[in-house]
Amino acid sequence: MLDHILSLLIFFPALAAVFGFMIQKESMRVYGVAVSVIEFALSLWLWYAFDGNVSGMQFMEHLPLVPSFGINYTLGVDGISVFIIILSAFFTLLGIGSLTDTKKVKYMIITLLFLQMTMAGVFAALDAIVFYVFWELSLVPMLYIIGAWGGPLRIYASIKFFLYTFAGSLVMLVGMLFMAYFYYQATGVWSFALLDWYRLILPESFQLWLFAAFFIGFAIKVPMFPFHTWLPYAHGQAPTIGSVILAAILLKMGTYAFVRFSLPLFPDAAAFFMIPIAILAIIMIIYTAMVAYAQKDMKQVVAYSSISHMGIIILGTFALNVEGISGSIFLMLGHGVVAGALFLLVGVIYDRRHTKMMSEFGGLAHVMPRYATIFGIMMMASVGLPLTINFVGEFLSLLGFYQQSHILTLLAGTGIIVGAIYMLAAYKKAFFGEVTNEKNKNLPDINKKELFGLIPLVIVAIWLGIYPKPVLDPINNSVKSIVQLMHNKSTTELAKKRIPNLVKPKVVVIDKTIIEEVH
Amino acid sequence: MLAPINISMESLNIMTLAPMLIPVVGALLILMIDVIKGNLHKSLYVTLSLLFLAMDFFSLFNASGIFVKDGTILGMFDVMLIDGLALLAQFIIVIASMLFIPLALTNKRFHEFSYPEFFALFLFMISGFQFMVATDNMILVFVGLETSSLALYTLIAMHNRDKSFEAAVKYFTMGALAAGFFSFGAMIFYALTGSIEIHKIAVVLAANGYADMGYVLVAISFMLAAFAFKLSLIPFHTWAPDVYEGSSATMAGYMSIVPKIAAFVVAMRFFEFLVHSDVVWLKIVLYAFVVITMTVSNMWALVQTDVKRMLAYSSISHAGFVMAAILIGTTQANSALFFYWVLFAFTNLGSFSMLWISRQKDLPEYQMSDHSYDKFAGMITTAPVAALIMGLFMLSLAGIPPFALFWGKIYLISAAITSGYTVLALIMALNSAIAGYYYLKLIVYMFMKEPVMGNHGQMYVANATLALRTIIGIAAVGTIFAFVVINPLLEFITTFVYNSGY
Repeated sequence: MLDHILSLLIFFPALAAVFGFMIQKESMRVYGVAVSVIEFALSLWLWYAFDGNVSGMQFMEHLPLVPSFGINYTLGVDGISVFIIILSAFFTLLGIGSLTDTKKVKYMIITLLFLQMTMAGVFAALDAIVFYVFWELSLVPMLYIIGAWGGPLRIYASIKFFLYTFAGSLVMLVGMLFMAYFYYQATGVWSFALLDWYRLILPESFQLWLFAAFFIGFAIKVPMFPFHTWLPYAHGQAPTIGSVILAAILLKMGTYAFVRFSLPLFPDAAAFFMIPIAILAIIMIIYTAMVAYAQKDMKQVVAYSSISHMGIIILGTFALNVEGISGSIFLMLGHGVVAGALFLLVGVIYDRRHTKMMSEFGGLAHVMPRYATIFGIMMMASVGLPLTINFVGEFLSLLGFYQQSHILTLLAGTGIIVGAIYMLAAYKKAFFGEVTNEKNKNLPDINKKELFGLIPLVIVAIWLGIYPKPVLDPINNSVKSIVQLMHNKSTTELAKKRIPNLVKPKVVVIDKTIIEEVH
Repeated sequence: MLAPINISMESLNIMTLAPMLIPVVGALLILMIDVIKGNLHKSLYVTLSLLFLAMDFFSLFNASGIFVKDGTILGMFDVMLIDGLALLAQFIIVIASMLFIPLALTNKRFHEFSYPEFFALFLFMISGFQFMVATDNMILVFVGLETSSLALYTLIAMHNRDKSFEAAVKYFTMGALAAGFFSFGAMIFYALTGSIEIHKIAVVLAANGYADMGYVLVAISFMLAAFAFKLSLIPFHTWAPDVYEGSSATMAGYMSIVPKIAAFVVAMRFFEFLVHSDVVWLKIVLYAFVVITMTVSNMWALVQTDVKRMLAYSSISHAGFVMAAILIGTTQANSALFFYWVLFAFTNLGSFSMLWISRQKDLPEYQMSDHSYDKFAGMITTAPVAALIMGLFMLSLAGIPPFALFWGKIYLISAAITSGYTVLALIMALNSAIAGYYYLKLIVYMFMKEPVMGNHGQMYVANATLALRTIIGIAAVGTIFAFVVINPLLEFITTFVYNSGY
């Protein structure tokens, strides 16, 4: 069974979703929780069986799908993807468990289970077309979640979200088809297998074009400045659960794809575009942090801060060294936990007051002490306080990029300070001071269902902040092999310089006695 | 004194005619039954047509066995040409017809299906299409084209609404013009080369090195216009949306698939040698046709208020997309054309059938046209299964993986890439994104809006009978599980196309 655990992780929720149509409406919530508990248990089992010392792919599965065109159903995980899969199962569980009263709750849970299928699929796929299938398919449930349960502008927001990402990924698809064609030209066989592509060394001019094609697809998903305009709408209109999954997992698809596709496939192009992309990332960090400071809506603050953090992830990824990439992957997990928790927290107050405007609140710490505490912890984690989960990732990302450029790293650092400003300002506006608004006087504090969603996130945020080793080590191992692969594949001087060589030249010491014995 | 011509029956190879003659016999039988005993229920005629189509399918199966063993078969004074293209096209024609004809068994009574002539004409039409694809003799192509088109005009008019008369007359006049263009083009080619067989024209033109380029270009222009009419390429598409709107939803779905594959095969035979020759001008014009057709029809589809008209424009766009295969002209592209069309047949017939089962006899007040978007608002709450299936077809048409059309799309785009049409590949990909918008629009109405007052969901399945549900079920299963069959299908198609030398 362990041989097919990835397929199980992918298709179990889908099967459960199809069966979900038969479940009676009142029992649906229990069914959803049960299914997602099983899914989460499976993902934990995957972690348990996962060997953190191996840098390569594990639990590989292979099934020919269209052999004549080189499309195969190939799955596998390494240290980079395994934790994101666990995180996605975790958030599906928390999301369904803490789901508040919504209309059409049955369809919501079925949609979330389908979404879990696509998320597991994206991170486990090792064939470009299989990856693309899940990548595109993940748009459909999210479209439905935003469009059916969202705010007043929901249809506009959902269509914008869908078309933006769809257009970007079609360009990426053309890039993928080109890549397969180059592979065909080089070897005479069609293949979309990622591990086959890793072995292909392309001339730099091809790399630049293909990198650009993949970049458009990924950058829209992340979303990178200037393609970020769909995200505030999507977050602003989406229901709480939609924002949580979108911020925690779906955005990570883009940054994950950079590590999985762009870097190892096109190392020369990655080194070539390092500085321009870093500049974009820094604009993302600083500009969106400033925009976040100007927001009046609590959810928009979290949404823009989420874009700002994605900027640090991109910066770390394009540091092109082990510290930077490992840090950015760890920050993906950290940001998933923290942003997911913050959206859940905003959802808590929205359920009580049906508004997210910060001017409506003030002094909430008096009325809802437990809520204020959890919000405070998560806000600190978001700011990147040491001993919280985000600190590790941010620090490593910046450390990685510091080796490439001091000035740009300093600029990114100021962005983080702005991050602290807007977060603390928002916290002050909403939680401190006197309770001015009559409506806030009798707000009930956080209830059990909401605690079920939030307490595990708090634990994870602090645990991985203090002791990140169990997660960081496997990530590090896999990243090392990717960086080495990039170094070996790169052809230009620039790339050789920017991507470090991890293999130390070995000093050969021959034991005298052996030579004598031979004689 | 002329010596009598001796022709042995064997050299005629009458068996090559079998697939075309079977529907003709069926049509005559239906007419005879009507003469002997009239006023029979439509289910009899539907079943008879299905049986004859099944026999037709069987004879095609037989012929493809011979083709695999012995290669291309000639027959009837070498007029009939049974090669891979002919067989593949006939398979698509017959299978699509078999999926179409049970849709006549609606719950409500529609005028046209009570006439046995409808079914007789339908079978005559199929045999016309089969003749059209199974020859490279331009006279026989013309005869097949006219037989099928005249039958089709009548079938449309039999729907018996004001708009369907308008549609039939419009289609008839436009079609007559196209036929005129076709015969002019063929005539010039005959004058230039002394032959009406496409492969001989190619040989003669190549032998004299396209000496009379001016005449060749005039002839190609006529031919292009004729094909553009049949394939509804912009700017020769003007008939299409009106004709689709005027005919019944099933007939519109059928028209978007079967007549077009026949025209595609003739176009493939005809343009194959020209695209690979030095006629650069043709490439540019075809390129323009492809790009303009996909893009502009997508734009028009965006602004439609009626789902059927939207689907009409979307079919035009798909035709433009597939026309790229003719422009590219490699084996991969030609295989991709058939591959795409098989998958498109399932999805598009499915989506038009979904419109068909929701067809009302009288329109309620809030509804502007037969299938306006408003009608589908909030369908997920009133008729969830129907909404899911319709949504599935829309996603497939938009090219969302892993549904059927996605595979056709990537194979065709890949064909463009392998032959160096990079920009075309990008345009094709981005057009899928534009098209995504109008397919999403229907999904938005179905899943995200509230139902209009007084809509209880009954009308979405008002016409549904077991037969219709079965057909839609087949289309839906074919759309979802396409990824299981693509490998064998692709290999089958590629072998057939490759072995016919295209």
